[in-house]
Amino acid sequence: MRILPTALPFVLGLLASAALAQDAKTVEKLAFGDSDERVEAVAALVAAGDEKSAALLQALADGELYTAGKRVLIVRGAGAVDAATGAKVAPLPEDREEITVNNRLRRELGRALAALKLVSPGRDARFAAARELAGGAEPAMLPLVKKALATETDSAVKPLLEQIAAALELKAGDREARLAAVRKLAASHSPNTKTLLLSFLEAEKDEDLRIEAQKSLREIEGRLAWGERAGIVFTSISLGSILLLAALGLAITYGLMGVINLAHGELIMIGAYTTYVVQNLFRAHAPGVFDAYLACAAPAAFAVAALVGMALERSVIRWLYGRPLETLLATWGISLMLIQGVRTIFGAANVQVENPVWMSGGIEVLANVVLPWSRIVIIFFAAAVLAGMWLLLTRTRLGLFVRGVTQNRSMASCVGVPTARVDTLAFGLGSGIAGLAGCALSQIGNVGPDLGQAYIVDSFMVVVLGGVGQLAGTVYAALGLGFANKLLEAWQGAVLAKIAVLVFIIFFIQKRPQGMFALKGRAVEV
Amino acid sequence: MGPFASAFSRLYGAKGWAALGAVACVIFVVFPLLNLVVPAASPFHLSAYWVTLIGKIMCYAIVAMAMDLIWGYAGILSLGHGLFFALGGYAFGMYLMRQIGSDGQYRQNMPDFMVFLDWKEFPWQWWNSDQFWWCALLVVVVPGLLAFVFGYFAFRSRVKGVYFSIITQALTYAAMLLFFRNATGFGGNNGFTDFRRILDIPIATPQARMTLFAVSGAVLIGTLLLARWIVTSKFGRVLAAIRDAEQRVMFCGYNTVHYKLFVWTLSAVLCGIAGALYVPQVGIINPSEMSPANSIEIAIWVAVGGRGTLTGAIAGAGIVNGAKSYFTQAFPEFWLYFLGLLFILVTLFLPQGVVGALGQIRDKLRVRKITRMPPGKAS
Repeated sequence: MRILPTALPFVLGLLASAALAQDAKTVEKLAFGDSDERVEAVAALVAAGDEKSAALLQALADGELYTAGKRVLIVRGAGAVDAATGAKVAPLPEDREEITVNNRLRRELGRALAALKLVSPGRDARFAAARELAGGAEPAMLPLVKKALATETDSAVKPLLEQIAAALELKAGDREARLAAVRKLAASHSPNTKTLLLSFLEAEKDEDLRIEAQKSLREIEGRLAWGERAGIVFTSISLGSILLLAALGLAITYGLMGVINLAHGELIMIGAYTTYVVQNLFRAHAPGVFDAYLACAAPAAFAVAALVGMALERSVIRWLYGRPLETLLATWGISLMLIQGVRTIFGAANVQVENPVWMSGGIEVLANVVLPWSRIVIIFFAAAVLAGMWLLLTRTRLGLFVRGVTQNRSMASCVGVPTARVDTLAFGLGSGIAGLAGCALSQIGNVGPDLGQAYIVDSFMVVVLGGVGQLAGTVYAALGLGFANKLLEAWQGAVLAKIAVLVFIIFFIQKRPQGMFALKGRAVEV
Repeated sequence: MGPFASAFSRLYGAKGWAALGAVACVIFVVFPLLNLVVPAASPFHLSAYWVTLIGKIMCYAIVAMAMDLIWGYAGILSLGHGLFFALGGYAFGMYLMRQIGSDGQYRQNMPDFMVFLDWKEFPWQWWNSDQFWWCALLVVVVPGLLAFVFGYFAFRSRVKGVYFSIITQALTYAAMLLFFRNATGFGGNNGFTDFRRILDIPIATPQARMTLFAVSGAVLIGTLLLARWIVTSKFGRVLAAIRDAEQRVMFCGYNTVHYKLFVWTLSAVLCGIAGALYVPQVGIINPSEMSPANSIEIAIWVAVGGRGTLTGAIAGAGIVNGAKSYFTQAFPEFWLYFLGLLFILVTLFLPQGVVGALGQIRDKLRVRKITRMPPGKAS
C-alpha cells in the first residue's frame, strides 16, 4: 500500500530524531488487540493527529510494524525503533513477527492516513486525500478535517473538505450542527452525498431536520440527474461509434458486395492482435516513443486485416459468389480456423494492450460524469474512418469501380473494369476497416481469441437495420442502436436491454426487410 | 394394394425396408445385448461411454433431419435450431430437476439453485413441472409455439434467404442472453444438472441408460419414416418447388406461407423432442446450447451428409459428431481447425454432401455399365 510515498521520508526523519513517547496503551492495542480494538487504536491515533501517530500508521500500512515478545518495533532496513518509547533497538530481535493487516483494518488505515494527509504542503496530495475521504470518513477525523479546513485555501480542495466536515457533523454533531450540515450538503455534486442523506433520513427523527434534508436531497438529485443524462448521452454516442466501426467494414463486404462474411468479427480480432504485436515491438525496441505506438498500429492493423481478407477472397469466397448460404457456412469455417490459429499463436488467454498515457484518464464534466479519453478518441476515430471511407468510395477511381461493379457487374465488365480485381480490392478494404475497428477496440476492451464473436451479431444487426448498400443507413443504425441500448440499459439493465433490442430488430426486419433506408428499385426478388 | 401397403412401398423399396429393419435390430437387440448381457471383461462388451455417445448422436441425428426438412427440402436455412433443441431440453430438464426431490445439496424439496438464490416458492414457469405429462407436453408445445409465432410473422412478410438466417441467429442469441440470467428462473449459467431419477427410477443405472437409448432409437426411426412420408408426398413436392422457385409456386395459386409454416413448426417440434431425449442421457443442459455457434454446427452436419437426403442428414450428424468426440479427446487443439476446414471444403467441393457424392459416383458407374453393354440389349 503506497498511499503516502512522499510523506514517508519526512515523517521517518522526525521519528529518528525526536524522543518519542507514544501512548503505550494505544500501541499495545494496535499490535496485540483484536480487530475491533485495532480499529479503535487507529481512530485514537488519527484523533491525536501528530507526526508520531502518522509514522506509526504508515509503518503499519507498509508492513514495517513488528512484534517481538511484548515489544512493538518499527523495522526499517537493518535498524529498528521501539514504537512506544522511540528508543533504538539493536540488534534486531530474532523472534520478531510482522503484524498482519486484514481488509477491514487496511481500509481504515487508508482513510486514517488520508485524513492525516489533509494538512500536507502539496496541493495534489491534499486533493487526493480529500477525495479519498469523501468516500467515507470516521467521526474521529472531524478535528483533523476542521483543522485542515481552517488553513485550506485551494478552491478545489476546500469544498470537498466542507462536504466531509458536513457529512461527519451529520453523523455525530448536535441538532444545530446537523441542521447546518444538512443545509451545507445541498451544494454537493457527489452521488455519495445522496446516499448519505438517504441513510440520514432513515435514522433521523427530528421533523425540521427531515424537511431540510429532503429539500437538500431534491437539490442534489436535480443536479445529479443532469449528470446522469449527460452520461447516458455520452455512453450512447460512444457505443454507437464502436458499433459503427465494427459495422463499417461489413457495410462494404455485405452491404455493397453482398458477401455474408461471418469471419468479419475475426478480422476485427486480427486488427486487435496486430495492435498488440506492434505495442510489444515498441516496448521492446523503442520505449521512448511508446506513447506514439498507435500511429503505427492503426495502419498495421489495416494492412494485416486487409491482406488476410484479400487472401480469403481469392482462395474461398470468390468461388461462392451468388450462393449466400454457402458463403455463410464457408466463412463461418474460416472464422473457426482463425480463432484457433490465434489461440495456437498467442494462447487462449486474453492479452494486455496498454493505453498510451495520453489516452488514459478522462475529462470530469460534472462530479458524477467522467468522459474517458479513450472513448472520446474512438468517437473521433470512427468519424475519421467514416469520412475516409466516404471519400474513397465517392471521390476516387477505385470507389467508382466498386460502385459500378456492385450496381451492374456485367456492364462494368463490358466497359473495361477489371471486376475480379475490384472484388478483391473492395473485400480487402472492408477487411482493413474491420482491422481498424480492432485497433480501436483493443483500447477499451479485452483482447482475446473470442473478441470477434461478441461483435458479429451486433454488426450484422447494424447493417441489416440500416439497409443494405447504404453508408448513411449504417451510421443512423449504429447510433440508433447505441442510444436504444443505453437508454434501455439505464432503465432495465444491460442484458434485458440487449434482448429487447434484438427482439425489436427481429420485428423490424419482418416489417421492413429492406432496412431503414432502402435503395429504390423494382426488384421483386433479390 | 391397399392404401397402407401403397404408403409402405412409397417410403422405401424392399432393400430400404430391409436395411431399416437391420438398423432397428441393431439398436433394439444387438446393442442392449452387448451392453447388458455380455460381461464387462469381454471384448464385445459395449461400455456405458459408447451407449451415451451413440445415444447422444442419435438425438443429434433427429435434429439434423429436422434441419434437413427445412433447409434441404424447403430451402430455409435456420441458424437458430439450437434454440428449439435447448427449449425442449429445458422443458424436460424441469421435470428431471423436480425428480431430484430433496436429494440435492441443500436437502430441500427444491432445485439447489433456487435454494441458493433464496427463493421461497417456484416461479410461474415451473407450474405443474413435477408432472411428467405436463413437461412432456411442454417439450412439444414450447418450441412449436415459438416457431409458429416467429415463422408466421417472418414468412408472412416474406423474409427469406440470408435475412431469415440472420434473424434466427439473433433470436437464439437473445434467448441465450435471457437464459444466462438467474432471474429467468432456469439456473442461469449453470443450467440444470445432477439429475437423479426419471419417473421415479434411478437414472444412472445401465437399464435406465439403455431404455433412454432405445427410446432415442425409436424416435429416430419414427422421425425418419415421418420425414420420408412427408417428402415423398404431394406436400413434399410442393416444398421442393418452393425451394427451387417460390414465386412460380405462388403464381400457381399455392399459399406458400402455409407450407413453410407447417414444415418449420414441425422441424422445431422435432428438435424439442430430440433435446428432451438428449438431456437425461448427457446429464446437463445450460444456455451455451443456445449459442449461435451450436446452431450453425447443425447446418454443417446436414451439409456434410448431403442436403435433401434424409439418410445424409443422419450420416452427417454421425460423421461430424463422431469426429468431434475423437478429436476433442485425441487432439483437442485441432478440432476447430478440422471443423473449420470441413465447413470450407464441403461448401467448395462437396455441395451434395457425402451421400450426394456417393450417389453421383453410383450413377456414373451405372452409366458406364450401360454404355459397355452391347447395343440392343440395354433395357
